[in-house]
Amino acid sequence: MVDTLEVSVWRGGENGEFKTYTVPARESQTVLDIVTYIQRRLDPSLSYRFACRVGVCGSCAMTVNGKARWTCRTHARLVVEDGKLEIGPLRNFPVVKDLATDMREFFDKWAKAQGNFKPTTTRHEEFATVKPSDKKRKQATAAIECIGCGVCYSSCDVVAWNKDYLGPAALNRAWTLINDVRDNGNDERLKAVAGDAGCHACHSTQMCQERCPKHLSPTASIAGLKRATASALLKGKL
Amino acid sequence: MSTPANVKADTRRWLIQRASAMVLTVAVIVHLGVIIMATQNGLSASEIVGRIQGNVGWMVFYIIFVVAAALHAPIGLRTVFREATDLQGRLPGFISGCVGVILLIMGLQAILRLYGV
Repeated sequence: MVDTLEVSVWRGGENGEFKTYTVPARESQTVLDIVTYIQRRLDPSLSYRFACRVGVCGSCAMTVNGKARWTCRTHARLVVEDGKLEIGPLRNFPVVKDLATDMREFFDKWAKAQGNFKPTTTRHEEFATVKPSDKKRKQATAAIECIGCGVCYSSCDVVAWNKDYLGPAALNRAWTLINDVRDNGNDERLKAVAGDAGCHACHSTQMCQERCPKHLSPTASIAGLKRATASALLKGKL
Repeated sequence: MSTPANVKADTRRWLIQRASAMVLTVAVIVHLGVIIMATQNGLSASEIVGRIQGNVGWMVFYIIFVVAAALHAPIGLRTVFREATDLQGRLPGFISGCVGVILLIMGLQAILRLYGV
């Protein structure tokens, strides 16, 4: 293993450029460790975002050698090519500065997709009984572990082509609620996720599930939404 | 919240495209399969045409084929315009609709000439 790594890091806003740093190569280090080393030892003006460092919060996603990844759980030795690494901000997000992106639109689209839980009962009533073996519960479980890191949104070509497209994460969230028997918002939610800005824009290129660090399949969730909205249309409920 | 008109229309377009795709899958396989099998057995194009002319079954098959193609292609073309060009608003739908009408007329005209109805 080489003693140092040549790391190119995006500096500046949308019209910035890559700047190269020399960083010590260690046997066990993540891409986030490298970014932190640069910021603490080489250039304190470097801006980036992280919080938990253990793959829970979804804050630290960046573009590493051309692919969107969660940097805190990406081992450098698995992605370094010829002793080199290129780290940039997430694609499809406006760049605030360096590696920090503006995620407002991404989360606004979760709200547009009616990604908020709409309860049918209050705290004074009994708990709903949901069996783990229930078909809807299984579909929700398959999609529920999203950490909102934006890797799928950054990897999706349809997001790049269609600025109104809600994106894989927001639609995946809507699918978990559609399968939640305690939720009462599906009539409105199906209207919110249908159409050319919603699930019907998806071309099933599957980059979202290819890159999702949690190994979820937003593609499958979106396919479920397509079936649900089509069924609602045929029943006159859309 | 009432449903925006475009959401219903978008969903309807998606359904039509999926349904027509199913028809086209079968139609293209039958169309190409018959041509390949017949030519492998030594029939020329004009001999094939001679055999299917006047056959109502084949005429109905090709009418369904043409209608499915005329529905399927413009919907996809509209998406291509919207995603890959600067055309926005109603223009992509209008241009694609025109292409659909042209496909339908050309296809039905070919059937009409072939079967001489």
